[in-house]
Amino acid sequence: MAEELKLFRTWSSPFALRIVHALKIKGLEYETIFEDLSNKSDSLLQYNPIHKKVPVLVHNGKPICESLVILEYVDETWKQCPLLPRDPYEKAKARFWAKFGDDKLFSSIWNVFTTQGKEQEEPIAAAVQNLKPIEELLKEKKFFGGETIGYLDIAFGWTANIISILEEIMNLNLVDEEKFPLLSAWMQNFSNDPVIKECWPPRDKMIVKFQVMREKYLKAVVSQ
Amino acid sequence: MAEVKLFGNWGSPFSGRIEFALKLKGVEYEFIDEDIYNYKSPLLLKYNPVHKKIPVLVHNGKPICESLVILEYIDETWEKGPSLLPKDPYERALVRFWTKFLDEKCVPTLWKTCWSIGEEQEKAKEESTELLKILEGTLSDKKFFGGDSIGMVDIVANFISYWFIILQELAGLQVLTKEKFPKLGAWIDDYLNCNIIKENLPPKDKLTAYFRARFEAAAAAAK
Repeated sequence: MAEELKLFRTWSSPFALRIVHALKIKGLEYETIFEDLSNKSDSLLQYNPIHKKVPVLVHNGKPICESLVILEYVDETWKQCPLLPRDPYEKAKARFWAKFGDDKLFSSIWNVFTTQGKEQEEPIAAAVQNLKPIEELLKEKKFFGGETIGYLDIAFGWTANIISILEEIMNLNLVDEEKFPLLSAWMQNFSNDPVIKECWPPRDKMIVKFQVMREKYLKAVVSQ
Repeated sequence: MAEVKLFGNWGSPFSGRIEFALKLKGVEYEFIDEDIYNYKSPLLLKYNPVHKKIPVLVHNGKPICESLVILEYIDETWEKGPSLLPKDPYERALVRFWTKFLDEKCVPTLWKTCWSIGEEQEKAKEESTELLKILEGTLSDKKFFGGDSIGMVDIVANFISYWFIILQELAGLQVLTKEKFPKLGAWIDDYLNCNIIKENLPPKDKLTAYFRARFEAAAAAAK
């Protein structure tokens, strides 16, 4: 039976990008449905009624939501080019750090992005603190997955995609090459990998988008 | 020889989940009761330097943190005995979706409902009701979230079955009742009736007294 694979995404979502990378690595054909989140399609709302978010992967009519859940589904369904380690302990570590990235690191970077001046000092310190263990993870490794890109590289992909854009907009250096040499090198290696590079959203468009977002956040704070 | 230690707290639903899973699998373990609200032991800080929280499972000296991560580790490491997750990738994806939903949305909102006051509490009550409706719908005609027998989603939903019921009563609330949520009500009865669960819950009077003391302390601090 022909497999039917659809991916609901936006052009910029770093979480949806995770699935794009995974499907590419696995060599899978699929249909892309680009969503406008200000005007969500009936299909998206039908497939993800609880969160109403992207990404959603629909495989033979069955929807899977939440990007890390989708990553594991893709890895378990298509066995070529495994993304997660085989060993249960290594797997547990990968899952732990992916969760840390999404819960703690992302929100701390976001807190830097949505503040300025004196109010930004504490968020910057917190973000730097949260980046330190990630740097540690890369000791003696090219990628989090070892020699090749794996689940955790894909899970941390948003850092390579978004952080430098936010840094440019804020004129701030968070992932300092001196303080975070391994992470800086990883960001380069990840972004330049042919599989990853092909799917990268256009930088200039991302800068405009996030610039507008930052202005909105800062204005909202001022008016409070 | 395998050495399994669990750092937890007698009253915590999170370490409770791990205890259920280990007992379900028939794994022998040493329980180290951490007095987490007052003191974090050097060993806990060594094994979980990032979050400094329980539960932490230490297997042959290697620590695993975060209860959902630990539950999957247990299922993959001790393959004999009942499975916590189904074998089919799509069913597994559904389990992971619902456990994430429970942990990130349901538990924090239900907790907040009991501890907040005034307008904040009203808002939390409404949110909780909507979340419980979703869970009620998910149960549909199943006995457990896992189907005919307990699975990982049931274990992760443990907070709702026991801790929340005690808390809502202490807070003078009736957010989750059998009348409003008949399926969840039946699930709670069936879940708490399972031997592994029933025998491993923290004693009701001890837990009630503990939460009552915290309510009183919170009320005094608010004055």
